[in-house]
Amino acid sequence: MSDKNLSSKMFDWVDSRFKISALVDYMGTKVVPEHSHSTFYYLGGISLFLFIVQVISGILLLMYYRPGADSAFESVQFIVSTVSFGWLVRAVHSWSANLMVFFVFLHMFTVYFTKAYRKPRELTWLSGMGLFGLSLLFGFSGYLLPWNELAFFATRVGTGMAGAVPVIGNDLLIIMRGGEEVTGATIGRFFGLHVAILPGLFTVLLSAHLIMVQRQGMSEPIDWVNKSDAEKKYMKFFPNFILRDVLVWLIVLNVIAVLATFFPDGIGVIHWPLGEKADSFAPPPAVIRPEWYFMFAFQALKMLPAHILFLEGEYFGIIFFSIGGLIWALVPFLDKKSAVDQKSKLFTAFGYFVLAFIIFMTLYGYMVE
Amino acid sequence: MSGEKSRRGFLEAALSGSALLAMVAVFYPIYKYITPPKLAEAKLSQLKLSFSRADIESEPKKAKYFKYGRSMGIIFLTETNELMALSATCTHLDCTVQHRPDLGIIWCSCHNGRYGMDGSNISGPPPRPLEPYQVKEVGETIFVSKGDS
Amino acid sequence: MYKKSFIYLMICMFSAVLVTAAEDNCMTCHADFEDDDGPSHMISKDVHIQKGLGCVDCHGGDASLDDMDDVRNSKGYKGVPSYREVPKFCASCHSDAAYMHEHNPAMPTDQFEKYKTSFHGKQLLKKGDTNVANCISCHSVHQINTAKLPHSSTHPLNITKTCGKCHSDSNLMGKYGLEATPVADYKESVHGQALFERGDLSAPTCNDCHGNHGAAPPGVTSLIAVCGTCHAVESELFNSSPHKEAYEENDFPMCMTCHSNHKILKPEDKWVGTEEPALCIECHSVDDGTKGIETAAGISVALKSLVKAHAEAQVVLDEAIEKGMATTDAEFSMKELQQSLIQTRTKLHSFNLDSVLPLAEQGMKQAAKVKETSAGLIEEFYFRRKGLGVTSLIFTILVIGLYLVIRKVEKK
Repeated sequence: MSDKNLSSKMFDWVDSRFKISALVDYMGTKVVPEHSHSTFYYLGGISLFLFIVQVISGILLLMYYRPGADSAFESVQFIVSTVSFGWLVRAVHSWSANLMVFFVFLHMFTVYFTKAYRKPRELTWLSGMGLFGLSLLFGFSGYLLPWNELAFFATRVGTGMAGAVPVIGNDLLIIMRGGEEVTGATIGRFFGLHVAILPGLFTVLLSAHLIMVQRQGMSEPIDWVNKSDAEKKYMKFFPNFILRDVLVWLIVLNVIAVLATFFPDGIGVIHWPLGEKADSFAPPPAVIRPEWYFMFAFQALKMLPAHILFLEGEYFGIIFFSIGGLIWALVPFLDKKSAVDQKSKLFTAFGYFVLAFIIFMTLYGYMVE
Repeated sequence: MSGEKSRRGFLEAALSGSALLAMVAVFYPIYKYITPPKLAEAKLSQLKLSFSRADIESEPKKAKYFKYGRSMGIIFLTETNELMALSATCTHLDCTVQHRPDLGIIWCSCHNGRYGMDGSNISGPPPRPLEPYQVKEVGETIFVSKGDS
Repeated sequence: MYKKSFIYLMICMFSAVLVTAAEDNCMTCHADFEDDDGPSHMISKDVHIQKGLGCVDCHGGDASLDDMDDVRNSKGYKGVPSYREVPKFCASCHSDAAYMHEHNPAMPTDQFEKYKTSFHGKQLLKKGDTNVANCISCHSVHQINTAKLPHSSTHPLNITKTCGKCHSDSNLMGKYGLEATPVADYKESVHGQALFERGDLSAPTCNDCHGNHGAAPPGVTSLIAVCGTCHAVESELFNSSPHKEAYEENDFPMCMTCHSNHKILKPEDKWVGTEEPALCIECHSVDDGTKGIETAAGISVALKSLVKAHAEAQVVLDEAIEKGMATTDAEFSMKELQQSLIQTRTKLHSFNLDSVLPLAEQGMKQAAKVKETSAGLIEEFYFRRKGLGVTSLIFTILVIGLYLVIRKVEKK
C-alpha cells in the first residue's frame, strides 16, 4: 500500500503546480463509440505507435550513420555487419516504415469511407492529409540514404519525375538533387530532410492532429444521428480503450520483431537488400522500381502516352495527380452532404474509384515487370 | 474471497513481471547497439592503410597487399618512387598478382599473365586490365580509394 | 555544300565501278561456270580481296582481256600452282619484305623459312610428299583470313578442326607411324576444356605449343620452355629441382612424364603420394637411395589435410552465406585460403618438402580462420532466432495478462 501513497503524493505534487486534475477528469469522461467498425479506431493509434518506433530506431541509426557519397554506404554496411544488433535496428526501421505507410493508408481510407472527416473534423482531416504526405516524403528521402545501387537509380527516376512538374519542374529537380545529377550532394539534402525537417514538421502536425482528436473525441458513425441514446454504446477512453491500444501495440511490436528477424532485408516486393554501393557509371539494374507505395503513381505515369491533347504526357499525369490529391484533401469542404450527416453516394463512389485505381495500378505495375 | 485476491495478486505479479522482462527484451538490444564495437567507426571508401611507404620500401618486391571490402589490392613502389595501387586479383582466373620490380611489371604467376604498372594487360591470358585505386599520401599515412572521388 | 559533296561521291563510286569493270574481267566468266563453292563465289571473305588485291595479283595475267585463252597466253600468267609449288607461290609476296611492308607492315615475312624447317615442309619440298600440309591446307584456298576472325580456319576455336583434318585420320597418320588421337585427347585435356567449355581464347591450342609455320613436336628438353611460357613458376621450380638432372639422364620427357602431352588432364592431388594412383611410385621406392618416397609422403599428407580443411571451411562458409549473414570478412579469408592452396600445389614442383610445408601451414591457419568466423556467424543466426523466441514468449505472456486485465476492468 505504501507505493500507492507514494504515487498519489507525486500526483499531488505535480497537480499543485500544474493543475492537471482537470485534465485527468476530462480524460475520465471521454468515451469511444462501440459499433461494428470500432476496430477502425485503432488504426490511427497503430500509425502513431509505428511513428514512435521510427523515431527511436531512427535515432539509433543516426549514431553510426554518416551521410556522404564515400561514407553513407560504408556506414550502413558497418551497422549491419559490425554493430551488435545493428541488423535488427535497420530491419526494424525499414519494416516499421513500410508498416507505418500501410497503416496510414488504411487509417485514411477508413476515415474517408466512414465519412469521419465531416463537420466538425475538417481540420483533423486536413492535418491528417499533411501527415500522410510527410510519411510518403519520409519514405522517399530515407530510401536514398544507404546510397546503394537500388536506391540510387530509384531516386534518379523519382526526382526525374519531379522534374516533369510544369513550370517549376527543372528548378525543383535541381533543388531536390542539389545539382543536375543525383550525387553526394543529394544525400546531404535528403538526410537533412529525413532527420530534421520532416520530423520537425511531422511532430507539429501530429500534435495538432492528436489535440484535435482528443478535444473532439472519436467520430460517431454517420447513421447514429437517427439512433436513440439507448441504442448507442460507448467504451471509456481511459482506461478501457487505452489498454486495448497498448495491447494492439504490443502485438504490432512483436510482429515487427518476427519480420525483422526472419526477413531482415524484407521480402518480395518490399525489399531493401544493401547490395552494391551506388555507382553512377554502373549500368542500371534490370528492374528499377520505387517503393510499393509509389508504384501506382509510377506505373500510371509510365503508361501515359507521350502527348495527351496539347499537353506532354507527364505534364498531364502530374496535373491529374495534383487535382486528384487536391479533391481528396478538400473532401470535407466539397462533400456538403456529410456536413449535415448524410451519406453522399458520389463521394463514396469517388473513394472506391481512387482505391480501385491505386490497387489496380500497383498490381499492374508489378505484373508488367 | 481470499482465492480471488490471490488470483488477482498472481495476475498483477505476472503482468508486472512480464512487463519488466519485455522492457529488458527491448532495451537489451538497444544497450548492445549503443555500445561501440571494437572497431568504433565505419571504414570509408577511402581506406587508410596500416603501413607506410617505408614498409613498402623494405619489402623485397617493393609491394604490399591490402584488403578493400571484399577484394584485395596491391600497392607498390615504381622505379620513379611513385606509389601505385591496383586490384590484386588477376582478370583471368582469380589468382593474386605480384609486383616484379626486376621486370617492371605486375605479374600473375599462375599462367604468366603480365600487366603494366597502370594495370593494362600486356601479355598472356588476362582479358582485361586490373582496376586501379587512387593513392593519396598525407604525411606518413597512405589512403587508397576507388572510383572518381 | 552537302549536296555538292554527295554528287561528287556518287561520281567517284560510279567511276570506280566502271574502272574495275573495265580492268578485271575474271569474275565475269568464272562466276558463270563455277559452282557455289568455286573461287569466284568464295573469294569475298578472303583478306586479299578485302585489302584490294585482285585475282591477277596472285595468278598473274592480264585481267582486261575478255577471252580466257588470251588471258592464259598473256604476260606473267601463273594460273594454278601445283600442290608442291604452293609455298613458293604464296612466298613470292609473303617473303618479300618490301612488298609486304606496303600492304601490312606489321606482318612477319619468315613464314616460308619456318615452313622449310617444319616436318611438313621437309616432306613436301625435299621428298615431294603431297600428303603433308602446305599453306592452303591450313589457311584454305580462297577464304584466307586473319586468325582473329571467328570464321577463319586459323581462329583458336577452329584450329583443332583444321589440324584434325589430317591428324585425326588414322589411315594417313599410320603411314608415318603416328597416332591419330592428339585432337581427341586434347579436347579432353584441361586446355581443351578451358578453350571449348569456358570459351577462354587464351587457352593453348595445337599451334601454341607446336608453332605455326614451323610446326613440329617440341623436343624433350625444350618442353620445359614450351610449358613454361604460361606455367612459369612450375617450370622454374622444376628446373631447380633434383628431377631436372635425373630426367635428363634418363631421357624422361620433363613435364610430359607426369602430365602426358595432349591429354593433359586437370592435375589431381592423389597423383602425389606413396600409394596408387600416385605417380611418384612409378620411379621411386623406399630403398632407391633418394629422399623421393619420404618427400612424396610428406607433401601428400600436407596437401590432403589442406584440401580437407579447405572443403570443410567452404561448407561452413556456405551455410553462413545461405543463412543470409554478413560474410564479407569470411569470404575474403576464403580467397586467401584459395590462393594458399594454389600456391601449395604449384610449389610441389620443387619436390622439396621444406618449401611446401610453410605454404600448407599458412593455408591451414587461413582455413581455421574461415571456419571460426563462419561458425560464429552461424551461431549468431541461431542466437537471433532464440532471442526472438524468448522475446515473443514474454510479449505473449504480457499480451495475455493485459487481456485479462482488460476483461476484469470491463466486468466492473
